[in-house]
Amino acid sequence: MAMLRNDLVLLAVFALVVLAMPLWLGPIGAAYPDLMQKIAIYGIFAIGFNILFGMTGYLSFGHAAFLGVGSYAAVWSFKLLTMSVIPAVIFAVVIAGIFAAAIGFISLRRSGIYFSILTLAFAQMSYNLAYSVLTPITNGETGLQLALDDPRVLDRALSTGGPGIPAPSLFGEQLVGLSGFYFCAVLLILCFFLAMRIDRSPFGMMLKAIKSNQTRMAYTGFNTKPYTLAAFIISGMYAGLAGGLLAATDPLAGAERMQWTASGEVVLMTILGGVGTLVGPVVGAGVIKYFENIFSAFHEAKLHEAFSFMPDGLENFFVAITAPFVGEGWHLTLGIVFMLIVIFLPGGLMEGVRRLRTAFTRKPAAREETGKFAPAE
Amino acid sequence: MSNAVLHVADVHKSFGGLRALSDIDLQVMEGTTHAIIGPNGAGKSTLLNVCIGRIAPDTGAVVFDGQVITGKRPHEINQMGVVRVFQTPEIFPDLTLLQNVMVPAFAKRDGSFRLNALQLTSRQSAIREEAEHWLEDVGLYKQRETLAASLSRGDKRRLELAMGLVQHPRLLLLDEPTAGMSRHDTNATIDLLKKFKERGMTKVIIEHDMHVVFSLADRVTVLAQGRIIADGKPDEVRGNPVVQEAYLGGAH
Repeated sequence: MAMLRNDLVLLAVFALVVLAMPLWLGPIGAAYPDLMQKIAIYGIFAIGFNILFGMTGYLSFGHAAFLGVGSYAAVWSFKLLTMSVIPAVIFAVVIAGIFAAAIGFISLRRSGIYFSILTLAFAQMSYNLAYSVLTPITNGETGLQLALDDPRVLDRALSTGGPGIPAPSLFGEQLVGLSGFYFCAVLLILCFFLAMRIDRSPFGMMLKAIKSNQTRMAYTGFNTKPYTLAAFIISGMYAGLAGGLLAATDPLAGAERMQWTASGEVVLMTILGGVGTLVGPVVGAGVIKYFENIFSAFHEAKLHEAFSFMPDGLENFFVAITAPFVGEGWHLTLGIVFMLIVIFLPGGLMEGVRRLRTAFTRKPAAREETGKFAPAE
Repeated sequence: MSNAVLHVADVHKSFGGLRALSDIDLQVMEGTTHAIIGPNGAGKSTLLNVCIGRIAPDTGAVVFDGQVITGKRPHEINQMGVVRVFQTPEIFPDLTLLQNVMVPAFAKRDGSFRLNALQLTSRQSAIREEAEHWLEDVGLYKQRETLAASLSRGDKRRLELAMGLVQHPRLLLLDEPTAGMSRHDTNATIDLLKKFKERGMTKVIIEHDMHVVFSLADRVTVLAQGRIIADGKPDEVRGNPVVQEAYLGGAH
């Protein structure tokens, strides 16, 4: 049974690690607000995705659609109402939730690969519509941007407008630099707490039972459809919040956010970190965003610097063989890391952590113990 | 013991050209244990599947407690109080034994759907105690925190029995509950099921093991090739020459 005190410790440690990101990310060159914001936002996206995929077992390949919808909703809130991020974020969550209810209602008629294909089809449809028919709402290829002559009815009524296009703000405070990061970090911690409560609730137990044996659930007296639909909507709302935050930290919404590669990215994050674990998806999001931003910025001069302690011939040799893995080639490194983890740590990075912990405490893992006692037929 | 809890009324079912069930008319009286026996392929499991809504009959209907349940969805039939224990154990392999029994207990208490996402499972002590009680009754209490996937087949059956009993069903349908169990476990299961007979639970039991049938059943229906060939008290059925030829004298 889940223990309350352990959970509080986990939550406190998680909050501390997230809030201290500017400190411990410094030495690995990642302590700049733009990247930390992205890690926090995609952490929220992945936590929500895990509520569907990790707990319920339904693999959606279209969650980026909700990310995009959240972004558009937030930017429209900036344009029409006010530059305050609170209504923007609320709109993003609510509208993404409505979209998720509609798409989930249809997609959840099927399970397994057919469910994945249906969600993928819906997301690609949204992506293409954003470029074509829905241009009045999405502003097509240019992306939805703020403009000087936006109505911003609430801001104008309170006459808090200066010259130029204002930036998104929280209680009058502009969300730029570190304050933007901390806003996202606090929401990430709240989202983590909520996911933890769902995981520890009877509702969460039913989701895991559905993942384990959905047919049995029906003969146990459960109507599984509302359970899976609720999980789908909750995870869609998490994605909407993430999309809203992307717009809040950089008020521009483009359709490329809804493309299938973005949907695939959150699948990678969750698997990399550990499907079905609470912390794993956030770790996965952090690792992928780090690779994307830091490894892709490496170039040959930096490599020469790194290998400069070697004799010339050897230095050139090492630079030559490592060069394809950095800069533009960061995808190659990420791909290799991903393969290694799926092959050797199917439970993701969190399984690695668990194995290390058992190795150090010398307590045999519970799973191995029970396996031994199972008598043969 | 006067009124029928379950009435299978004139049910026919064919799969392709094969007549799996024909002319099945069967009444199960309140508080009794009704055994259905017959050689392999006689249609016993199909009949149970019709009763829980897994298979729709071609004609005829199943009436439970005065209500037609044919056409209702499986979870609705369960919520009315008809619970089935499967022939191949159907459990939640990725959950612990305790969780496996808590899940049906929640279904009994909260109905077919409830969005209780902000309650803590650890605070549901009534449900947990109830689940622990049933695990104790089937002899699996000590292993309650292990994953159900690690159990042997016989233990999975006992777990599934606890999952059924925790719902306090009005009608319990058991599909070969002791298959794959040792003689010792079989006797323990018989004792457990007898206890419920005293409490007035109605049961339909499909069984190959004649020892189990004659220790538990008040009434026996014999199926062969999808038809009822005999129906009566255990002793009457045992002495019936048609039954002996079709079944007892056959493979056994």
